Amino acid sequence: MSDAVELLEQARSGDRRSLSRLLSHIEEGGESPVEDGSGTSLGITGPPGVGKSSLIGRMIDVWTERGESIAVLAVDPSSPRSGGALLGDRMRMSNADSSDLVYVRSLATRNHPGGLMDCLTPMVDVLAACGWQNIVIETVGAGQAEIRVVAFADRILLVDGPDRGDIIQAEKAGIMELADLIAINKSDLPDAERAANAVRTALSVGADENTPEVLLVSAHSGDGVEEIIEALSQTTTTKGRERLRVRERLISAWDSTLLSSPNIESTLAALETGSMTLSQAVEQIRKGV
Amino acid sequence: MLEGHQRSASIDRNMRIVVAKPGLDGHDRGAKVIARALRDGGHEVIYTGLRRTPAEIVRIVMDEDAAAVGLSSLSGAHAVLIPRVCEGLREAGMGDVVVFAGGIIPEQDRSALYEDGVRAVFGPGTTTSEILDFLVTLGQRAEAGEPRGVGEEAGWHW
Repeated sequence: MSDAVELLEQARSGDRRSLSRLLSHIEEGGESPVEDGSGTSLGITGPPGVGKSSLIGRMIDVWTERGESIAVLAVDPSSPRSGGALLGDRMRMSNADSSDLVYVRSLATRNHPGGLMDCLTPMVDVLAACGWQNIVIETVGAGQAEIRVVAFADRILLVDGPDRGDIIQAEKAGIMELADLIAINKSDLPDAERAANAVRTALSVGADENTPEVLLVSAHSGDGVEEIIEALSQTTTTKGRERLRVRERLISAWDSTLLSSPNIESTLAALETGSMTLSQAVEQIRKGV
Repeated sequence: MLEGHQRSASIDRNMRIVVAKPGLDGHDRGAKVIARALRDGGHEVIYTGLRRTPAEIVRIVMDEDAAAVGLSSLSGAHAVLIPRVCEGLREAGMGDVVVFAGGIIPEQDRSALYEDGVRAVFGPGTTTSEILDFLVTLGQRAEAGEPRGVGEEAGWHW
């Protein structure tokens, strides 16, 4: 613990290596020296290949021009087979490696449905305590676990591309309800306007009156990036959405409790051999926790 | 918050490794194959993309808290660019980071790199399992307290 406090002191005085080490300490389950929940973050999610990292690269440019600092936590999945991960988000953020105003950290999900989320909040807290003004969590919105990652952010930007309709599909998974703002990227390509309208139509049939705004943007040309940042600064999370987010966080905490239960191995073994039913297993784990 | 999961933090598993392409070199098939092989070996690989300066690579290793960096060079500029990364790491206080290299690096250029703290040079024909063996050896050296970082005593190399 005293190590973490010392690292925090050095990180606050601008030592990036101490900041990196402190984040590793938290990622490996170590205690955070900062008050829980003191930082705020922007979550950015969307289907693979829509240009989330490139868009963040552009947003970094706008923020640094204004003299604001940015820290990005870029989350990518771990391979379920080897446990390894290939983390390539930062290569799309072309100015991430030169400015002192930018910090980018790649994180692997490490196959703990709740585990990574446990450490994201304290990581955001540490970054905020070290004075980072804009803190971004980037994740692939391609599964329930990734949606949960983004539910830990205070505001959520959902990114889609033209000609995909992926987020309309993803509505089933509940990402669209969580979004504060939706950006249709690649507005330089034909059909972007049509895609934006399709999303607006899909949103308008829902029961929720506070539907998020849908904006066009091009990470390629930079058009619309300032507007995205302006719109984000004006969003306020509505109560209905807050409930959905809290729900995702609860499920993630529940998963985490389940997976760290002392009985998990013996319960799995009993289920495998058929000597226990699923409902008995649930009962046993609840008693054990 | 609930308690986080404690990973089994053995040194040779789940190493964080930066794979980088320094300088004006547009060929990254090799780097991508290595990145993939390291991932399949259970490591977390941060791939930088093409045409990074030595200063950028040092910054990436620092921000990512990586234990090792693999530098791929096919352009012939290895004798200039790789020592610059090594020097940058030492100047930034990251002498414990392991540096290894790959690509087209002629035999006669290698000893200078080893003297500068590079711990392995993998040329064409290297198998991916050999690289994973190298990483296992790095783990054993760390446990035994033997030098392996770019700022630690030179001498041992793969």
